[in-house]
Amino acid sequence: MDTALLTENAVALLPEIVLSAGVMVLMIFDILRREQNGASSLAGLSIAILLLGIGASLFIWGRPPAEYMEGAVSDGFALSVRLVVLIAGVLGVLLSRNYLPAIERQGGAFYSLQLLAVIGMMLMGTATNLIVLFIALEIFSLALYILSGFYRESPRSIEAAMKYFLLGAFASTFFVYGAALLYGAGGSAHYARIHETLSAGAGNPSLVMPGIALLLVGFGFKVSLVPFHMWTPDVYQGAPTPVTAFMSVGTKAAAFAGFFRLMMTALPSYQSQWALPLAILAVLTMTVGNLTALRQSSVKRMLAYSSVAHAGYILIALVAGTASASSAALFYLFTYAFMNVGAFAVIIAFEKRVGNENDVEQSDLAGIADRSPALAAAMAVFMLSLSGIPPLAGFFGKFMVFKAAVEAGWAWLVVIGVLNSAVSAYYYLRVVVAMYFQQAEEGGEAKELDALPDSRSPHFVVTVAAVAVVVIGLQPGLWVDLMRGLGQ
Amino acid sequence: MLSVLTFLPLVGAVVVLLAPSDSLKRWLAFGATVATFVVSLLLLPGWQEIPDMQFVERYEWMPGANIHYHLGVDGISLWLVLLTTLLMPIAVAFSNQHVKQNLGGYLALMLMMETAVLGVFLALDLVLFYVFWEFSLIPMAFLIGKWGSENRVYAAIKFFLYTLAGSALMLVAILALYFHGGTFDLLALQEAGLPPGLQQLAFLAFALAFAIKVPLFPFHTWLPDAHVEAPTAGSVILAGVLLKLGTYGFLRFALPLFPVAVSNYASLISVLAIVGILYGALVALAQRDLKSLVAYSSVAHMGFIVLGIFALNEQGISGAVLQMVNHGLSTGALFLMVGMLYERRHTRLMEDYGGLWASVPVFCFFFLVVAMSSAGLPGLNGFVGEFTILLGTYKSSPFFAVLGTAGVILAAWYLLHAFRQVAQGKLTNPANFKDKLPDLNWGEIGQLLPLVVLFFVIGLAPNFLLDKINPSVAALEVVQRPVVVEERYADHSSQPTFIFDINPLTTVD
Repeated sequence: MDTALLTENAVALLPEIVLSAGVMVLMIFDILRREQNGASSLAGLSIAILLLGIGASLFIWGRPPAEYMEGAVSDGFALSVRLVVLIAGVLGVLLSRNYLPAIERQGGAFYSLQLLAVIGMMLMGTATNLIVLFIALEIFSLALYILSGFYRESPRSIEAAMKYFLLGAFASTFFVYGAALLYGAGGSAHYARIHETLSAGAGNPSLVMPGIALLLVGFGFKVSLVPFHMWTPDVYQGAPTPVTAFMSVGTKAAAFAGFFRLMMTALPSYQSQWALPLAILAVLTMTVGNLTALRQSSVKRMLAYSSVAHAGYILIALVAGTASASSAALFYLFTYAFMNVGAFAVIIAFEKRVGNENDVEQSDLAGIADRSPALAAAMAVFMLSLSGIPPLAGFFGKFMVFKAAVEAGWAWLVVIGVLNSAVSAYYYLRVVVAMYFQQAEEGGEAKELDALPDSRSPHFVVTVAAVAVVVIGLQPGLWVDLMRGLGQ
Repeated sequence: MLSVLTFLPLVGAVVVLLAPSDSLKRWLAFGATVATFVVSLLLLPGWQEIPDMQFVERYEWMPGANIHYHLGVDGISLWLVLLTTLLMPIAVAFSNQHVKQNLGGYLALMLMMETAVLGVFLALDLVLFYVFWEFSLIPMAFLIGKWGSENRVYAAIKFFLYTLAGSALMLVAILALYFHGGTFDLLALQEAGLPPGLQQLAFLAFALAFAIKVPLFPFHTWLPDAHVEAPTAGSVILAGVLLKLGTYGFLRFALPLFPVAVSNYASLISVLAIVGILYGALVALAQRDLKSLVAYSSVAHMGFIVLGIFALNEQGISGAVLQMVNHGLSTGALFLMVGMLYERRHTRLMEDYGGLWASVPVFCFFFLVVAMSSAGLPGLNGFVGEFTILLGTYKSSPFFAVLGTAGVILAAWYLLHAFRQVAQGKLTNPANFKDKLPDLNWGEIGQLLPLVVLFFVIGLAPNFLLDKINPSVAALEVVQRPVVVEERYADHSSQPTFIFDINPLTTVD
């Protein structure tokens, strides 16, 4: 094998390379540091590595798309995915910084795993090859299985990790099987070649639809499409909240990005066949997610079902299957990163305060606006944004996706989408109602306020996210352009 | 200029939130609303009596999606803008006197709402309009939910969800219009014209959103709850301005964009409007709570405005615009007076009062004038608006005009009934005696006086307003060329027919 191939276009993977090197540095630093000292500097180092990753992405921004060894491509779409994932990563690490000491966990392994997950997620967006896609999927999945069980003292956390791992492994096998069938159909693992073979009428077309169906199980599990969503509430509730915040956004961005590229570059000629089943899944996902979220009393579980519903909205973009739809989906995920991580950050700030270890009940929030006006205001912004009320970021995410879908002729799907969005307003509003319109029960509140740990990090993340949600909402044009679609 | 007008209150809201003391907040909020009013008055000197949009501003907002920041004002929106900017300082002044709890938040929400409402009246891009439209829900829901009376949370949620759900389909319709026309620009879409099939569907989606906002019978059920529970200033703004968003939506969007669909559905909507007029009036007659009475009277009065709009001729529509302003002034004043009474006695039941003329004559004088204005006494503003509307309605359908007139009579009945119960009769309840119940103070008179003066001004010289309204109304396609509308969209195959098929277009002389 020619060694020149190894280095040719390697710059396309610069952000991943930077992060991988960073993870190694981080692990060595963790071993070298003295016992218990410098735990907080680990977070700083992780952030520095992630920022380097953002720098590397910006460095290769605007270059012509380059493909590395028929496995990964660095185009506008991949860069946008990286940006979303890296932002989620930075926010996630910032949230963990104060959370880890609170649950008495050491940080080295935690941050390394988080960075590894980021690498896997970024690779998902670049993969142009079924094998790379699968490896990327496994890199971030394995990291997340461990991370969700990191709160070892909490039985819920262990249960979450176990469930996530077992079901996830099961879903992965479906995924591999599907990938194998596609390989059989197209005679190659490389997307472009598969497309070439199939559109030339060669290969084995009868294997395509079974292959898509099996791959769909794997993807559907990762982004929690109904009916593959059962794990979502348990894992979201049980996992340490910073992990939930990070993975709710990162996993969705990564898996959707991988799915988009696969469907739109390897199988565009089959769009007429896969679009309708996906549309039905989108309807199911939105409806079941929203209706179940209505019945939740735990805020984390409510957000878990809401994330199911959001997966449904994003799936509408994939059904549309156009270049503008793919950029709309990324823009949606970009806004989702801020509003969802922000909402979880507020939960982190509140969960200690209401005397709950790892969750917040809606009734706990009663009257909290009088005690923490800033946090409550931020939470209100996130809730209203999640329900898609203008002029907040979430509205424009939905707007762009719906617009792309109408342009592609899926008006009926958009009708179901907006109706779902109206339904969802009810449960998001309930949080706002609890915080602002209800009175706290008497007693015990002052004590808990005093017992507050130093929680500057959640507050910083909350501020950043709230400002981002408002700014993106007021000036959406700039950010929409930042999110490039496939082939744009 | 329009941007300054729109966003000045929002700047005020931020400043109010940051201000250190409550008394400073009061002055800042009042100052911001007065400043906005002054800016809006500046529209008048440079006004041209032409149908086109004036003071237009247009910048790119989301170039990728072809969305513009596009503001403009014409004869239809001019007076509604002025109504908003006039009612706001009055509502703020009232709140400054009476709101104790969390004053900064209250005033900031009021100011945010002013921005949202002005944005709706001025936006000429469908997306921009939708953004302001939806945004107006948030401050109002918070005002009701946080500062309202006993059942406020229920009322706030009902108000929010009802209106939110109503406008969901409007978003789809907006996207469908974009898909067809390639632009979100109202004027460009109007120019291009839309195929009748799309008009039918899009009109239904828009009409649902507007009908809920107006509220048109049978979509009115949120209104009594919201009104009764809302704090006084919230009710003033809700009745005075927010309800107008619905009728304004019909005028600005439904009529120009969907002329064919509008003429198809005109009879149906007119019937609903008449049902609303009669139903609202009869229910108002049965109320014991003064605030509910005013709330149901709003249902009836708004029905009048819709009736005028869907007469689809110049008199009807001009009268509707005029009546929107009148209703804002009269009902705003009514809610204000109910609030003043409530702050003194903490009851709104009419049976707790009676004979107040003996103890609070100044209050009762104002109450009489306001009630008469609302009832449409000649010489006052309400008469001019209702008369013009009925004139227009008679032209398109005499039958509807007769039914509408019955509503005028009922309005006089329930308003006089209220006045008799509150002000006349024998002063029996000791709590209402002169030493217990103070009369209006100068601040309160100051809040009412501008409104009362305008009752007379509009009542005696309505042409000052109508001269500016008429050119824009006359330019509407449904008014100007009713026959051409039908020819231009020659495909009539998809038109539904109704039992009430009294097509107004055929009766225009």
